[in-house]
Amino acid sequence: MIPLTWYLLVAALLFFIGLYGVFARRNAVAILMGVELMLNAVNINLIAFWRYGTVVNPLAPPPSGWAWAIFVLAVAAAEAAVGLALIISVYRRRDATVAEDLDLLQQ
Amino acid sequence: MTSEQVVFILAGILTIGAALVVVTNRNLFHAALALMASFLGVAGIYITLDAGFLAAAQLLVYIGAISILIIFAIMVTRRMMQVSETPFNSQRGLGLFVAVASFLIVAYVILRSQWFGAERFSEKPPVEPAVLSNTVVMLGASFVNPDAFALPFIVISVLLLAALIGAIYIAWPRQRIGTAEDEA
Repeated sequence: MIPLTWYLLVAALLFFIGLYGVFARRNAVAILMGVELMLNAVNINLIAFWRYGTVVNPLAPPPSGWAWAIFVLAVAAAEAAVGLALIISVYRRRDATVAEDLDLLQQ
Repeated sequence: MTSEQVVFILAGILTIGAALVVVTNRNLFHAALALMASFLGVAGIYITLDAGFLAAAQLLVYIGAISILIIFAIMVTRRMMQVSETPFNSQRGLGLFVAVASFLIVAYVILRSQWFGAERFSEKPPVEPAVLSNTVVMLGASFVNPDAFALPFIVISVLLLAALIGAIYIAWPRQRIGTAEDEA
C-alpha cells in the first residue's frame, strides 16, 4: 500500500541532497559522491515507474526500467573510475584535492 | 501501517539520513562510509519495488566496487584523510538555497500531479509472482534481442571498457616522459 508519490519524493530528496553536495563541497571526491547520490535517485525513479506502470501488462514486456537502471549503473562505474583516476593524477602532479585549486586553464 | 510501509520508511530514512551525512560530514572517510549506508538503503527500496536482482546488483556494484574505489582514492591521497578547516566552498548558502527551492518545486509538482488517474498509482498494481520471477529472464533476453537493447548493451560495454582503459592511462605514473614540462 505504498503510493507512487512516496518513491518519487524520496528520490527527489536524494537527488537534491546530492545536488547540494555537488554545489557546496570543496573536495573533488566529495563532489563525485554527490554525483553518485544523484544517479541513485534517478535509478529509484526508473524502477518505481517500471513497477507501477509497465509490469501490469500481462504480456510482460521487456523490463525497460531495469535495463536503463543497469545502464545507469554501468555509466556510474565508468564515471567513478575516470573521476578517481583524474583526482589521483592531479594529486600526484599538483598536490591538490580541492576543486577550486584546479585553475590551470584560468592562468 | 503495513509491514511493507515500515520496510519502505526504514529504508528511506537510512537512505536520506546517510545522504545528509555524506554531504555535510567534515571527515571525508566517514562521508564515504555513510555513502555505503545510503546505497544500502537504496537497495532496500529496490526490494520493496520487487526488483531483487537490481538490489543484488546495487550491493555488488555500488557497495562492493564504487564505494571501495572511492575509499581507496581517499586513503591513497594523504591530504584527504585530514579534516580540513572547512569542507564547504563559498557557494554553500547559494547552493543550499537552490537545492531546497528546486526540491520544493519538484515536490509540489509530484504532489499536485494526477498521474493519469491517481487511484491507479495509489498502491502497487497487483501482479502475478510468475511474471515477476520471469523478469530477470526477460531482461537477459532483451539484452541480446536486436529489437530491444542489444545495441545499447554493446555501446555501454564499449563505453565501460574505454573508460577503464582511460582511467588506467590517466592514473599511470610517468616519471620518465616529459618531466620538464610536467614541472612547469
